[in-house]
Amino acid sequence: MAKIMTHASAAEAFLKDSDRTQWHDETLWHVRKKRDTAAQKLPEWEQLRENASMVKDYVLSNMDTLLETFEKNAKANGIEVLWAKDAAEHNAHVLRILQENHVQNIVKSKSILTEECGLNHFLEDKGYDVVDTDLGERIIQFNKQVPSHIVMPAIHLKKKEIGDIFHTHLGTDSGADDPSYLTEAARIHLREKFIRANAAITGVNFGIVESGGFVVCTNEGNADMGTHLADLHIACMGIEKLIPRKADLGVYLRLLARSATGQSITNYTSHFHRPRPGKKLYLILVDNGRTEQLGREDFRNSLKCIRCGACMNTCPIYRRSSGFSYNSTVPGPIGSILSPGMDLKKHSTLPFASTLCGSCSDVCPVKINIHEQLYQWRQVITQAGHESPSKKWAMKLGGKVMGSPSWYDFLGKTARSALKLTPKKLVYSRVNTWGKNRDLPDSPKESFKDWYLKNRKS
Amino acid sequence: MSSRSEILGKIAKNKPQPTPLPELLAFGDTWNNGDLIEQFKESSALNGGKTILVKSREEIGSYLESSFDPGKQTISLSKSFKGNLDCDSIRDPHDLEKVELAILEGTYGVAENAAIWLPEENLQHRVLPFIAQHLVVILDAKNLLPDMHEVYKKVDVSAPDYGVFIAGPSKTADIEQSLVIGAHGPRSMTVFIIADE
Repeated sequence: MAKIMTHASAAEAFLKDSDRTQWHDETLWHVRKKRDTAAQKLPEWEQLRENASMVKDYVLSNMDTLLETFEKNAKANGIEVLWAKDAAEHNAHVLRILQENHVQNIVKSKSILTEECGLNHFLEDKGYDVVDTDLGERIIQFNKQVPSHIVMPAIHLKKKEIGDIFHTHLGTDSGADDPSYLTEAARIHLREKFIRANAAITGVNFGIVESGGFVVCTNEGNADMGTHLADLHIACMGIEKLIPRKADLGVYLRLLARSATGQSITNYTSHFHRPRPGKKLYLILVDNGRTEQLGREDFRNSLKCIRCGACMNTCPIYRRSSGFSYNSTVPGPIGSILSPGMDLKKHSTLPFASTLCGSCSDVCPVKINIHEQLYQWRQVITQAGHESPSKKWAMKLGGKVMGSPSWYDFLGKTARSALKLTPKKLVYSRVNTWGKNRDLPDSPKESFKDWYLKNRKS
Repeated sequence: MSSRSEILGKIAKNKPQPTPLPELLAFGDTWNNGDLIEQFKESSALNGGKTILVKSREEIGSYLESSFDPGKQTISLSKSFKGNLDCDSIRDPHDLEKVELAILEGTYGVAENAAIWLPEENLQHRVLPFIAQHLVVILDAKNLLPDMHEVYKKVDVSAPDYGVFIAGPSKTADIEQSLVIGAHGPRSMTVFIIADE
C-alpha cells in the first residue's frame, strides 16, 4: 500500500526555498488585508454574512425540493439538465455530449468542480484538446500542475518561472518576465483557441432556483469569450451551489469578490438563462460526496462554501506551506474540512494542519465554523485510528504523565536539569520536530508548584 | 435507480430540519445623485475603468473622435452614434473578431461597484462586449443606484436569455499578483455618465 503523504512532509518541500515561502506568505497576507479594507467599507458587512449563512441553511435543509424546482425551471428555459452521482458519471456525461456533437476543440474557464472530477486528464486521455483559458490555469496546465489556490491558481510560481514556461510553450523571449508582456502573449494565443473552439465548459458560481438560470463570475471575461463563440456550453455545478431567489445574488455578489481579493465585484458577472438560438446549453448537477457530507451534522455547514478562498489567504499554515502541501483539490482550511469527508484516510493529516486560531471562521463570508470543524475532524480521525504513529505514542505518554502527579513532578524536575546539561546538538536532534525552526525557551529554575509552596502557601 | 432519484433520496434522508428563508436584505435608496456619481467613479477606477461625466451626448461624440482610430472597426448599438460596421449584418459572432470599439447603452449602474447591467438586447451578440478591443458604455445619471440590492429590485435578470454586469475592462493578476488590463477582452472600458439636465 502506498504511504499516505502527510501535510507536514509535503510542506517541507515548499519550505526548502525560504525566499519563496516568505514571498508567498506576504503576498497572501496582502490579499487578506485588501479583503479587510473592502469589508470594513460596508457597515452592513456582518448583516450580509449572517443573511448569506441563513439563506444557505435554508438551501441545505430544503435541497431536494429546491433541486427539483431548479431542474424544472432550467428545463423550461431550454437547458438540458443532467445528474451525476460521482466524478466518473460527470466525466461520462461530458464525453457523451462532446461525442454526440462531434466536438474536437474545447475551451474551459475556471471550475474547481471539474478539477475535483479530474475532467481534463480524462478528456486528454480520450484524445481531446482541452484548453484552460483562465491565465493562471493556463500557466499551470502548461506546467503540468494543478491549482495551488482556488482563486489564484498559479500563486506558487514566480514571474521568472512563468516566463520560462511561456518561452517553452508560446515562444516568448528567453528570460522575459514582464507580466504585461506575458499576458499579451497569452491573449494572442488564447484568442486563437477561443475562435476555434466548438465547446465551452464552465463552472457555476450560483444556480438560481426561482428562475432556472445560473451565474458565472470572472475578471478576465474568459468564460464569456468561450461560451458566446462556441456552439455548445456545458456548465458543471455542485448541487450545493443553489440560491433560492434572484435577489439573493445581491448579498452573495457583495460578499464574494470582496472576500476573495478585496474587489467590490468581479468585472464580469454573467447570468445565463437560455441558450442562444440554435445553440445548446447543458447543466450537469454533481453530487460526488456532497449528499454524504449533508448527513454529517458536525460538518454539513462546509457545504455553504462559495469558494472565495479568504480562509486560505488568512491561514498562517496555508500561507507558509502553499496549496500543494494539502494534496487535495480544495486546499487550505475549507479544503481540510471538505476533503476528509471524501477520503478520511488519505486526508487524515489535513485537520491537524491548523493552529486552530480561528481566523478562517472570522473571514468566512457565509460564517462556516471552519476551525471548530477542524477540531471535530481531529476527534473523528483519532477515533478511527488514523493519526500518525508518533502523535499516537506522544499522546499516550502525555496522557500517562499528566494523569499522575508523581510522574509529572519527577519528569518536570528531570527535564529542567536535563535541558541545561544536554548539548544543543542533542536537544535539537531530528526527534525534536518542534525545534526545527524554533528555539526552546530557557527552562525555569523551579516549577510553578515549588514557587507556590515557597511564596504563597504559608 | 437513476442518479437523479438516488441523489434526491440521499438528500431527503440526510438533510437537517428545515429552517426558514430569511427576508431579502435592503439598505434603502438614501443617496443623493451627486454622491452616487462620485462613488461610481471611484469604484470604476478601482476596477480599472474610466468614468467621464458629460452634459450631453454631443460631448461624447467629440471625445470618441479624438480617442479612437476611425479607420478601425467600430460598432455602435447606441442610436446617438454611428459605427462603421453594421451589427445587423453580422450573423456569426466570430465575424466580430476584428472589432476595435463597441459602443453600448447601459441600463442601470451600481455606485458601490461600478457594475452596469447589460441585458442581451443591448448587446445583440453576447460576445460583443468581450471580443471588442475597447468598450464604451453610456449611462444616464438618473439610472444610478447605490448597491446590488437596489439593482436586483429594478431589473429582472431572468427576463433576457442572457445578461451581464460589467464593472470594468478585462483584467488579470495571475502573474505574481501584478494587475494587467486586457487579459482576453477589452483593454479599456470608458463609462460616460450623462448628467441630469
